[in-house]
Amino acid sequence: MFLKNYIGDIFSSIKSLLTGMKLTGYYFTHLKEIVTEEYPDNRGTLKMAERFRGEVIMPHNENNEHRCTGCQACELACPNASIKIVTKQETQPDGKKKKRIDTFVYRLDMCTFCNLCVNACPSEAIVMGQKFEHSVYDKKQLKKILNFPNSKLMEGVEE
Amino acid sequence: MLLAPDHITEEGEFIINMGPQHPATHGVLHLKIWLDGETIKKIEPQLGYIHRSIEKMCESLSYRQFIYVTSRMDYLSAHMNNQACALAVEKGLQIEATPRAQAIRVLLGELTRLSSHLLWWASTGLDLGGITPFFYAFRERETINTILEETCGTRLTQNFIVPGGVMYDIHPDFQKKVKDLIKQFRANYHEYDEILTGNVIFQNRLKGVGYISKEDAISYGCTGPTARASGISCDIRKLAPYDGYDKLKFDEVILSGGDCWARYQVRMAEIIQSLNILEQLIDNIPEGDFLAKTKNVVKLNKGDIYQRVETARGELGVYIVSDGAATPYRCKFRSPNFSNLSAIPHIAKGAKIGDLMAIMATVDLVIPDIDR
Ligand code: SF4
Ligand code: SF4
Repeated sequence: MFLKNYIGDIFSSIKSLLTGMKLTGYYFTHLKEIVTEEYPDNRGTLKMAERFRGEVIMPHNENNEHRCTGCQACELACPNASIKIVTKQETQPDGKKKKRIDTFVYRLDMCTFCNLCVNACPSEAIVMGQKFEHSVYDKKQLKKILNFPNSKLMEGVEE
Repeated sequence: MLLAPDHITEEGEFIINMGPQHPATHGVLHLKIWLDGETIKKIEPQLGYIHRSIEKMCESLSYRQFIYVTSRMDYLSAHMNNQACALAVEKGLQIEATPRAQAIRVLLGELTRLSSHLLWWASTGLDLGGITPFFYAFRERETINTILEETCGTRLTQNFIVPGGVMYDIHPDFQKKVKDLIKQFRANYHEYDEILTGNVIFQNRLKGVGYISKEDAISYGCTGPTARASGISCDIRKLAPYDGYDKLKFDEVILSGGDCWARYQVRMAEIIQSLNILEQLIDNIPEGDFLAKTKNVVKLNKGDIYQRVETARGELGVYIVSDGAATPYRCKFRSPNFSNLSAIPHIAKGAKIGDLMAIMATVDLVIPDIDR
């Protein structure tokens, strides 16, 4: 009796192993069903999702203008102080002085990509960018200034 | 870590340290194991290797901000953690998420549960010596992650849920992709049976191993699939429905085996239940807003709030004490993994050291949730 059970066990184990191996064998011979991607060889064709949160960016138009008014709502919304906005007073063509951003400091090394700053911005000045390969040799390079040099506020955003 | 000789109380006793860097603990958990030959006499879990003081951090974050940290507790159920916090804040504000937002939350929550159970299935196979299943589970998991990425923008730590609803509406392709996923999953489900569940060697490593009785599971505070495998009905989605779970038809999977095999089967059956929920809801997402109106600065009235949800690992409780300010006065999380871990020394007592892998795998611990 014991011997019969013992041999039966061996056979049922082999059978269940073969069932599993049949499956792996199927995929081994059906190359079309391969689902893995060959990153980084596929960099040329790799497209991230529209909403992918890679980094915070500030889009500028062709006249080097952005939409940021310097209201600092994003700075307040950020849970880990990754954003620091330095403002300055700028004289407008009509002689009035107005608050404008001087530098928009964004610390990619501290950012958790929570999207709260983008959500908080009333003038849609910042969005999430698709770039995700951020490794650099010096972490100082991860401290970025988002507004371009000599950029201006777009007309009509402030109203 | 070297232990002083006075830890050893008996002749022939032997202590080994498992972790904090051990692949089978899936994180930085340190178990001190007293052995008699191969038999486990006692286990002492040592915590704190990944303690980030999330509860304390919450005290300085606003009610909009503190949600995102909770994704880092049980990162595999990030969505459900966020949901628990958002629900707690909504309870305090006495508002409710819009019907559309509720449906989106449930859909995303069930997708997260699926992906979490898939990762558990993959790593259980891995812990018990089978590498191949891992790749099969990750095929489906990748599909889920792509769907989540398209709608939420992130794959693991979403932070998509805000008080009053969700951040954005679903992606236009969402419904079609989820339907494809359900079809793909149902078509491939038999492969899971063939490659791991039906394997006799695998079954023998789980059957009769790591038994915990109903009474013990209750007294150790086990929840989730771990407790349901011991015959306890503890699904918060059924007991205290939130976000419209009461309108959905699904079964609470309860088995009475209490061993590793029962825990395995509960999770496998829950995968099917999650698919059922997705199937019911995907064509019936109500029209309307995805975000209810809330004030810019959220302030809760003085008092305390408790909200619980069912994550992939059990009951998560969020307890907020408010003093009327814009940040919580005190925030406490009742995390499912902490209680489930506390049962492990009891479950593993008298078992063989090799079976500890099976026990750890089927209890399915996520260490950052234990330490917080
Ligand atoms: S994504 Fe989050 S962490 Fe990053 S800058 Fe914006 S608010 Fe701060
Ligand atoms: S990015 Fe938006 S929220 Fe931040 S300062 Fe500029 S306008 Fe204000």
